[in-house]
Amino acid sequence: MRHRSNRTGIALVAIALIGLPFALAYAGTAWVRITNLAILFAFLSLGLNIVVGFAGLLDLGYIAFYAVGAYVYALLASPHFDLHLPFWIILPIGALVACVFGVLLGAPTLKLRGDYLAIVTLGFGEIVRIFLNNLSRPVNITNGPQGISRIDPFRFGSFSFSQNEAYFGLSLSGPIKYYYLLLLLLLFAIAVNLRLQHSRIGRAWEAVREDEVAARAMGINTTNIKLLAFAMGASFGGIAGGMFAAIQGFISPESFVLVESVMVLSMVVLGGMGNVWGVVLGAVLLSFVPELLRYTVEPVQLALFGRAIIEPEVIRMLLFGLALVLMMLYRPAGLLPSVVRKRELEKAA
Amino acid sequence: MDIFLQQIINGLTLGSVYAVVALGYTMVYGIIQLINFAHGEVVMIGAMVAFSVITAFAGTTLPPVLIVFAGILAAVPVCMLVGYAMERIAYRPLRGAPRLAPLITAIGISIILQHLALLVWSRAPLAFPQIIPLASFEVGGAIITGVQIAIILTSVLMMAGLTLMVYRTKLGIAMRATSQNPQVAGLMGIDIDRVIAFTFIVGAAMGAVAGVMVGTYYGVAHYSMGSLLGLKAFSAAVLGGIGNLAGAMLGGILLGVVEALGAGYIGDLTNNIFGSNYQDVFAFLVLIAVLVFRPSGLLGERVGDRV
Repeated sequence: MRHRSNRTGIALVAIALIGLPFALAYAGTAWVRITNLAILFAFLSLGLNIVVGFAGLLDLGYIAFYAVGAYVYALLASPHFDLHLPFWIILPIGALVACVFGVLLGAPTLKLRGDYLAIVTLGFGEIVRIFLNNLSRPVNITNGPQGISRIDPFRFGSFSFSQNEAYFGLSLSGPIKYYYLLLLLLLFAIAVNLRLQHSRIGRAWEAVREDEVAARAMGINTTNIKLLAFAMGASFGGIAGGMFAAIQGFISPESFVLVESVMVLSMVVLGGMGNVWGVVLGAVLLSFVPELLRYTVEPVQLALFGRAIIEPEVIRMLLFGLALVLMMLYRPAGLLPSVVRKRELEKAA
Repeated sequence: MDIFLQQIINGLTLGSVYAVVALGYTMVYGIIQLINFAHGEVVMIGAMVAFSVITAFAGTTLPPVLIVFAGILAAVPVCMLVGYAMERIAYRPLRGAPRLAPLITAIGISIILQHLALLVWSRAPLAFPQIIPLASFEVGGAIITGVQIAIILTSVLMMAGLTLMVYRTKLGIAMRATSQNPQVAGLMGIDIDRVIAFTFIVGAAMGAVAGVMVGTYYGVAHYSMGSLLGLKAFSAAVLGGIGNLAGAMLGGILLGVVEALGAGYIGDLTNNIFGSNYQDVFAFLVLIAVLVFRPSGLLGERVGDRV
């Protein structure tokens, strides 16, 4: 009986998710785009969740992997080098390159204590951004601060994800097509996360996170298992970056600043480190915060003072900062805590 | 003009600022094994407060040295308060929690401080009013300015003062005892909470002065100056061996010199493929190199996980 109600529930959610973009399109295509970005960030957060949530390693330069993926896509599918490879070739390349970067960064640092890793990853994020900004001379690779534009959208033969089409009287705009693709990717990421969590590897991560010395005594190669988490998280970032480049059609180093890393981290922390559904919830909630602020903060200020005194962007960042602090103080395991994580984080406090 | 000597002088100047900021990191780390991510923001706030005061007095006929001094006098208490508040609110409740927790609140605090500064002082950088006469002296073909001399002297004085405090006063003994073993120190009648709060306050006060110095040196202060400076100072602390006072001083000065020489010569060495716009990369390269080859730093002890 329970089983059947579960199935009906899943069917209902599926129908809602399939119908969602059309409902949103009524409110404006902008909302479909925002939803797409929310899904993309959910995907990205799930990648970071492997590193922070499962393995308990604080990565503050996560956005660098996203940047690597985005630039790999942009360089291989834009007029910049006049390369136009199809996306199903580039996305795996992007994942691989990001993964290599992850291993290169992780190998020397993962032997050390966790907080060093945080700082080194923070520095790594900055280095990647500085290089992206400056690698326009003497050979123009990244086009510097101007970024790369006119990036190819996803294409299957003549079926392009950027064109509007109509089937059976339903208008299928570009963002709606991307929505389904992103949704599939997100489901894939969720499946990977869920499968990983209870696998041998997932349990090893959990052991390392709870007590590294004990884990090593149990025969876990702690450095390798941490490196694996790092590499997997990085590949997720690489794929998400490629998607981002294709959807936006334009990227520049501006999109990959430290603040973005902090935002993804906030999503993971807010939702609940280590809990897949919590992370998705956190990502969706925080993705809609800027939109919410745009529709509330500015009009309120305009009505009260006649001008906007505080930019919504500032309020957004203050909220992220507050979320990080308050969550750690009062609900360290997140909105939807993972059972194990909750036990760990509350035992000590 | 002797480029080598010039870069050494510039490096020593910046390096002594890094050293003072690095002391803030290393003191806190030494006592509670926490990387206080928000320390860079404290430095930033120090610079901003001081600049506001200095700008306000710039039109008056007071002697310039007095005006700068007034700026420092205003910045120090504000930063002490910020340092104390953040220890009290964000770190103390999490003492004994898993390591990840205080690290995350530290990032949160840093983001909050940065954007509060943005609210108060807006996005535009504050410029240092031209009140100090640009005195400069020639030493062996290189030029050293009055500001540089003042910065180096102030830093040396502060470092000497801190060393005296840690090794010659009762409070210093309490700090060292707490860093060795908080439980036992508590049993010996030391009020650990007070000692830790005091450590934050001293670090913040030094950070405030460092903020004024670095702002005066570059001539500007802005809301986002703290994170990069903090990162570099942290790299300096790691280079010297985190938790070790002498190490932080040595690491700061070394890092400053490496950075200045690197920025000065990278163009020539790489045939102008890389320019001085890569200056900020050196600190991280040093950091990563230290972590790979000598993770305990130049003067530090082992940094593996405590068993």
